[in-house]
Parts: sequence; C-alpha cells; structure tokens
Amino acid sequence: MAWVNAIIQGVLTGGLYALFACGLSLMFGVMKVVNLAHGDLAVIAGYLAIFVITVLHVPVLWSVVIVLPVMAAGGYLLQRTLIQSALDRGVLTTLIVTFGLSVVIENGLLEFFTANSRGIGAGMTLVTGSFKIGSQIYIAYLLLLIFAVAVVVLLGLQYFLSRSKYGRLIRAVADDREAAQLAGADYRHVFGIASGIALGTVALGGIAYGMYSNLDPTTGTDTILLFAFAAVVIGGLGSLWGTLLGGVVLGVAQQVGAQINISDELLAGYIVFLAVLVLRPQGLISRRAGS
Amino acid sequence: MTAQRVTGDGEAGRGQENGTPLLEVRDLVVHHGQLRALDAISLRVLPGEVYAIIGANGAGKSTLLRTIAGLHQPTSGSILFDGKDVSGLRPDRRAAQGIGMVPEGRRLFGSLTVEENLKVGATYARQGPWNIEQVYDMFGWMRERRGQLTAQLSGGEQQAVALGRALVANPRVLMLDELSLGLAPVVVQRIYGMLPQILQTGLTILLVEQDVSQALRVASHIQCLLEGRTTLEGRPADVTADQVEAAYFGLAGDGPAGRPGEGSEQ
Repeated sequence: MAWVNAIIQGVLTGGLYALFACGLSLMFGVMKVVNLAHGDLAVIAGYLAIFVITVLHVPVLWSVVIVLPVMAAGGYLLQRTLIQSALDRGVLTTLIVTFGLSVVIENGLLEFFTANSRGIGAGMTLVTGSFKIGSQIYIAYLLLLIFAVAVVVLLGLQYFLSRSKYGRLIRAVADDREAAQLAGADYRHVFGIASGIALGTVALGGIAYGMYSNLDPTTGTDTILLFAFAAVVIGGLGSLWGTLLGGVVLGVAQQVGAQINISDELLAGYIVFLAVLVLRPQGLISRRAGS
Repeated sequence: MTAQRVTGDGEAGRGQENGTPLLEVRDLVVHHGQLRALDAISLRVLPGEVYAIIGANGAGKSTLLRTIAGLHQPTSGSILFDGKDVSGLRPDRRAAQGIGMVPEGRRLFGSLTVEENLKVGATYARQGPWNIEQVYDMFGWMRERRGQLTAQLSGGEQQAVALGRALVANPRVLMLDELSLGLAPVVVQRIYGMLPQILQTGLTILLVEQDVSQALRVASHIQCLLEGRTTLEGRPADVTADQVEAAYFGLAGDGPAGRPGEGSEQ
C-alpha cells in the first residue's frame, strides 16, 4: 500500500513539475531559447504574489488574477527587449544572457527580501488539508488542485496553439520564420506573445510551489529550473503533453526513491532523467509543440 | 560585360516600358559576406506584366527576389514599390504593402495542415479577389486534403499550396522563386498553366526561373543575370536564342552571337 501511495503522490507532484516545464518547453520549441532564468522568474512570481496578498489584502488565490497578467506582460517585454537582442546575436548568446538574468534576479531577491524562505497561504485548509482513501493514502487538496490546474493549462495551451490565430502563427514562426515574415507576420511580436504565455505558466508554477513548499531566492535554480529541465527532457523537447508525462515520471521516481530511502528522493529522479537522456534522448514523446 | 537592352522596333517598342512601374529596383548591390552577389541591378516591373529573371545557378536571381522581399539587406541601391521607397521596411511590412513571394523550395509550414498554411497566408491579407475558397476552386484536390500535413503532399501539390498561401494575402506583385525546382515537367506545365488565371485578377508577376524556355514562354519581359550582373534584357519576342544563350553562359565577348545587330546597347 505504501508503494501505491508513493506512486499516487508522484503522479500528483508531476502536475506541479509540468507547470514548471511547459513554459520552458514552449520557449524552446518556438524560439530555440533555453531560458536559464525560468526558475527565477517563477520565484519572482511567487514573491509578487506574497507582496500582493500582504499589501492589497486579497485572498491567496486571487493573487493569481493579478500576478499572472503582470508576469505575462513582463514576459512579452522581456522577449522584445533582452532576449530578442540576444537572439539577434545568435542562439548561444541567449544562454549567456538568460544565465546573467538568473544571477541578477537571485541576487536582487537576496538583497531586497533576504535569504529567508517564505510560503504562500500557510495555514489555509487548502494548503494543509487532505482527504483519505483507504487507510494509508492521503491526497492533499493542494496537490490535487495543482494537478488539475496543470491539466487545464495544457488543454488550454493545446487549444490555443491549434485553434487560435496567434497559436497558428506561433507554430508557423517556429516552423519557418522567414516564410512567416513573407506572409506578413512580425515574428518578434509572435515571439513576444509566446514568451508572455510561457511566463503566465511560470507565474502559476511559482505560486503553486510557494503554496506547496517554500520559496527563497535560490529556489529558482536549485529546484524549479532543474525539475523543469528534467521534466522537459524526460517528456520530450517541444512536446506539450510530454511535459506532463515527464513531470509525472519524475515525480513518481522521486516518491518511489523516497520510499526506498528518504534521502534518495532527488537522486532517484535524476537517475531516471539521466537514463532517459542516454537511452531515449528525444524523450518519451518526441513531437513538436502543439502537434 | 555590357548589358543589352533588346527591343524589336526601336523606341516604339519601348512605349509600354515608359509607363509607371509598380516595382522598381535601382542599382541594387547586395553582398553575401565578401561575395558581391548582386552588382548594380536595376529593373522596372510594369503593372500586369510577367517579368522573368533568368540565369544560371548562382547568378543572384534568388538573392534579388529575397532582397526585394526584405530578407536581405542591400549594400546600396533602392527598391521602390508603387513609387515609394520600401528599402528600409521589414519583410512583414513589405508584405503588408502588397509584395508577395513564393520562396524557393516552397518553405511550407511543416507542422501545419494545408488549410492552416493557407490561413497563415490570409492572416494579414489585403483586400482583394483572393481567398481560401478561391484557391480551393483553382486546385480542386486541395479542398478534400485540407486537413493533411503538407509533408504528405507531392512536390507539385506542395508548390500549389505555397502558391495559394501567397495568393490569399492578395499581393499586388507576386514573386515566384523557381516554381519548377524539383518538379516533373508535366507538373511544371500545370502550375505555369495557372498563371493566366492569376494574372486575370490584376496581379503583377516577377518570377525567377532556371528553365529558360519556360520563362520565355510565359514572360512579357525577361532579364538575364550572370554573376550578379544584367547581361541581357528585353521582350521574349525580340531576343534570339543565341543572345539568350550567350547572356546565360557569359559568352558575350566571344563572338557575334552576343552582339546582334538589332540590339541596342546601354
């Protein structure tokens, strides 16, 4: 029964990891940008939520309504300025620039918010509560909600990419930037929209993690970015549903590892990550975003 | 090498060419790194005409079209569209002005279906006679196969989709880069057979073609490039096969073939 529980917990945690990963995957799929500041931007979203909740006294979940559009708009601007100018100098430059951005964000957060870790919505029933199936399986409300949000986000993204005008343009630009330009599309604008969407998902991931665990200035790189990377690689680069599959596989591996020995939790996840890289480098699902 | 402008009956034959050009290129110089890909190329495309650029591989034909579309930045020279200088505009802004292009190698969006490819083409469409339904009417098979990915189509079918994608934007001038590339002659015939129907809707066509006989058949004006320079231009009826051959292969200095008595030199 303990093993069944471990697998269920792993699957649910996979939803959180999918939220970390889908934005990273989208930005890579469309712009070929590996955004090393991805996790730090999620932490910014989390801190922003804490700020909004404290200052405006809005309920915890309502902070999403404010933080998500702010992060999405920030994502558009970030792409149109910093990342685009790096892209113009070559794809490799984006690695250096987003790495630099990551360092700046971490140190900025450390400077202004200290190294103390903070949680979001501590004490809420949603955050601490759970229900019981059978005698040994506890399902946390929060994890279930996060998993549901991840599925809804992926469904929404898939619908947007396959049905909407901008979704179509995003796929067209990802396929052939020049041909899209000849059709009258300003690819920089399309890149901006893709980044805006990616950072919208990042905002959800950051807030979700702040409720699930704690955020501190280094959480972005030592947890969120790493798990996002692992989920993307396991699931398959550029595949939307692959991020959920990758997240679930990572989550299950971690929970099963923890079941064997509590200190093996992270190790087990990375062993699976490495195994996939060696045995199936294209990932479990190897398709392009949206298709 | 001296460029030749060949006309059949002196100044009278050029009367039409003195009209206002829809697209004009003046002294265009384009470099690929150190290589001078285009060297002082000029051309005037009149409304409603089929203007063909011919030349061997590496003559600079595609570079010329890509520069007009805005995908390459010229070193010097200017591009005027409808009298306005568009040299400083981004490719998407030029497309919005009505400069359309079917790029070499078709360049369809591989993860999009046939219909989605057309929809992308129509996203920023100008007002005009073409829409997706019209394209389906022109290529009957396309309607039934609109849900397929373009990779599942034959080369000729892909070329038709590429043509349709450019048409639905309702360009004023449509640039066609090597339509015949990699296609069976019968398929090439079929696609070129569509041109009259396209011209009827008021478009102007600037095409690049390696297949000289094909170009001579459809064009109202031809211009031959060799290593980035113009070696011959005129109406197909006024140039001889020898002149074209000489201009195409750069034999102009080798004998009388390249210097016909009826040609007037510039």
